[in-house]
Amino acid sequence: MERMTIELPRTARALPHTDPVSFIDPAGRPVEPGLHAGYTLPDAQTLIRFYRRMVRARRFESQVTALTRQGRLATYPSAFGQEACEVGAASALAEDDWMFPTYRDSAAILTRGAEPGDILGSFRGDWHCGYDSQGLRTSPQATPLATQTLHAVGFAMAAKLRGTQQATLTFIGDGATSEGDAHEAFNFAAVWQTPTVFFIQNNQYAISVPLREQSNATMLADKAVGYGMPGVRVDGNDIAAVFAVVSAAFERARRGEGPTLVEGLTYRLEAHTNSDDPSRYRSAEEVDIWRTRDPLTRLEAYLRSAGDLDDESVAAIAADAEDLAAHVRELMNTEAQVDPTEIFAHVYAHERPQLREQRALLEAELAAAGPAALSQPTTQPQPAPEPQRAGA
Amino acid sequence: MSAPATRASAAGAQAGASERRPAAPAEAQDASAGRPQGDSQGQPQGHSQAQRATAPGARPKPVTMTKALNTALRDALAADDSVVIFGEDVGRLGGVFRVTDGLRDEFGPERVWDSPLAEAGIIGTAVGMAMAGMRPVVEMQFDAFSYPAFEQVVSHVAKMRNRTKGRVELPLVIRIPVAGDIGGVEHHSDSSEAYWCATPGLTVVTPSNSADAYSMLREAIDAQDPVIFMEPKSRYWSKDAIELPVRTESMYCARVVREGTDVTLLAYGPTVRTALETAEAGAQDGLSVEVIDLRSLSPFDDATVTASVRKTGRAAVLHEAAQFGGYGAEVAARVTERSFFHLAAPVLRITGFDIPFPSPKLEEFHLPTPTRILDALETWEWEL
Ligand SMILES: Cc1ncc(C[n+]2csc(CCOP(=O)(O)OP(=O)(O)O)c2C)c(N)n1
Ligand SMILES: [Mg+2]
Repeated sequence: MERMTIELPRTARALPHTDPVSFIDPAGRPVEPGLHAGYTLPDAQTLIRFYRRMVRARRFESQVTALTRQGRLATYPSAFGQEACEVGAASALAEDDWMFPTYRDSAAILTRGAEPGDILGSFRGDWHCGYDSQGLRTSPQATPLATQTLHAVGFAMAAKLRGTQQATLTFIGDGATSEGDAHEAFNFAAVWQTPTVFFIQNNQYAISVPLREQSNATMLADKAVGYGMPGVRVDGNDIAAVFAVVSAAFERARRGEGPTLVEGLTYRLEAHTNSDDPSRYRSAEEVDIWRTRDPLTRLEAYLRSAGDLDDESVAAIAADAEDLAAHVRELMNTEAQVDPTEIFAHVYAHERPQLREQRALLEAELAAAGPAALSQPTTQPQPAPEPQRAGA
Repeated sequence: MSAPATRASAAGAQAGASERRPAAPAEAQDASAGRPQGDSQGQPQGHSQAQRATAPGARPKPVTMTKALNTALRDALAADDSVVIFGEDVGRLGGVFRVTDGLRDEFGPERVWDSPLAEAGIIGTAVGMAMAGMRPVVEMQFDAFSYPAFEQVVSHVAKMRNRTKGRVELPLVIRIPVAGDIGGVEHHSDSSEAYWCATPGLTVVTPSNSADAYSMLREAIDAQDPVIFMEPKSRYWSKDAIELPVRTESMYCARVVREGTDVTLLAYGPTVRTALETAEAGAQDGLSVEVIDLRSLSPFDDATVTASVRKTGRAAVLHEAAQFGGYGAEVAARVTERSFFHLAAPVLRITGFDIPFPSPKLEEFHLPTPTRILDALETWEWEL
């Protein structure tokens, strides 16, 4: 019998470095060059732009959380503390690329250019997705964990088959890497060599469960190796590093070299959602340690010491973020305009008599209830008096 | 609502529905366990009065459903060391609804622990543990988040006993917070009973009040068959005056929670309260509504339902889930097959619309309300 030679697929066998890629340390000082070998530091103008975006993102998060506490939104999962991941990764996307975010990633969607009110519609409870996915090239925020990662792979495969230059970015949490869909997505992407960037926001917790109980891997970036794609660990609170690493991954993707798994080390400084009580599972000391690694203060210190940012420009950026917050307050303090009968409008392309009948029934009920029911159809957003009402 | 008044019939036909129930469970681990007392005193029962069988001399106090479930889990852990609890955030956090609050501290992380975040993993490993003689009680954090485990439930949990001719049993309980009416964002308000009930091999039960929550969960944990235990989220914080531990009728039985003579409303989980509110409203219009809490969706307590429907001659089934292909279709078919010649009108399904569960500001238009239910009953011809 003839001896067969089995050709092994080209795999990336090197283990990722345990030291995260970084440019700027928590105090705002440049790190030793060995920590970012092969990566390019964004120029000063770009970093100033990132600073502005992060300040806006943070103000957005804190404002929305405050409004949620006041009962103006049903729930809100804040990415306060994770702005470098949200803004840095989303900023690396090209216009035509697609992003596949989770419930956590409103700040990335803001960075992508969505109107604040459109992002918040789903959290207020107006509709399940408020922004135009097609226009923004951003899929609806996924709540069922890890499911969106497969969509990102499929989209990228279509781009590859059609020969467009599009690539995809998908965010996924540390906890969600335990879901089967995540593993299937990693594998499909690697086997099909799709132009996909998986960005794991390792914020150390899945609601109450710390990473050490979630995974026995030395680090999540290592997971890439078993699937045959490169994995990179990055300081997720250093936006220069996040942008550099994700941009490099996109370049690989566009060269036809397949997917990359990026693990961003970061921390969720606020509760999982407004209805979570983090004191049940983590200490104030731990949170304080992470406050010293804040992504905003470090970039600000860095830019100031390089002479690229002064009091005046910092104040101007803060004022711009205040305007955003005021806009968000105004939007969320206005009652949502929802049309009850719209619940029947979008379920199918091919209309069904059954839904027409049900719509007629609701219309009759609304008519019987009088105009008040139609002009003020909304329930007050429920305050969340029960700490148990977690979700999202 | 006026037509039904013309059908006003003498109150009092207190059919012996309670005698027709399957026997109460034989086990009596709690001091209070014993024969459930029927729907007692022949009075129409309000929701909170529907609980009995507390220990003699006990002073009932308000107990939320979460507290009742929590106590049931604690008592089950104490009673049997093969009982273990795991799932997402059920340990340190005590579950997002606090149903497992304090259990990890009391019983230790070898009895109650946080698993990795993967529902197929949770149910699949529970299958293995049950094969090894444990009694896992696992939690799906929310209804829609049980779907990654669908394959494990449908292909293995439901089939193991049959495949092995009864040699391998899976005495596990899958707790699932279900349904809407809590202002939940997308994927936090599903009603998934139709999927489970369409799967032979699964037992599917749902309590509507604190006493049943305790009693039925204890019984589910003790059962040899795998049980899908659906907990209606909107009832989690509702209180009933009871003393724990408490035993109510067997979880396999339906219960008449309010007696009436004109129409039978068949409800379960969150819609039991809706049905009772409808009965109150109907009473003001002279309509005498009997309300049955089905409690067990699979198996179905035909005896209790048949007795009621034959008495009233009219039946409607209520649920939050969509109508098309929903659980109500099974109920309507069974009632019709068994009692066609006793029925004065077709069995109605009054349910959520055939749409994906809407966002918080729209859910009130989707969920069946007493007004919608009474309007639907009015579509019947009452003058026969
Ligand atoms: C399939 C599924 N299971 C459970 C949940 C409930 N849930 C929502 S967020 C969350 C924790 C996710 O943690 P992680 O992936 O680390 O993301 P983070 O919230 O920290 O951003 C859980 C368990 C869900 N949304 N989907
Ligand atoms: Mg996390």
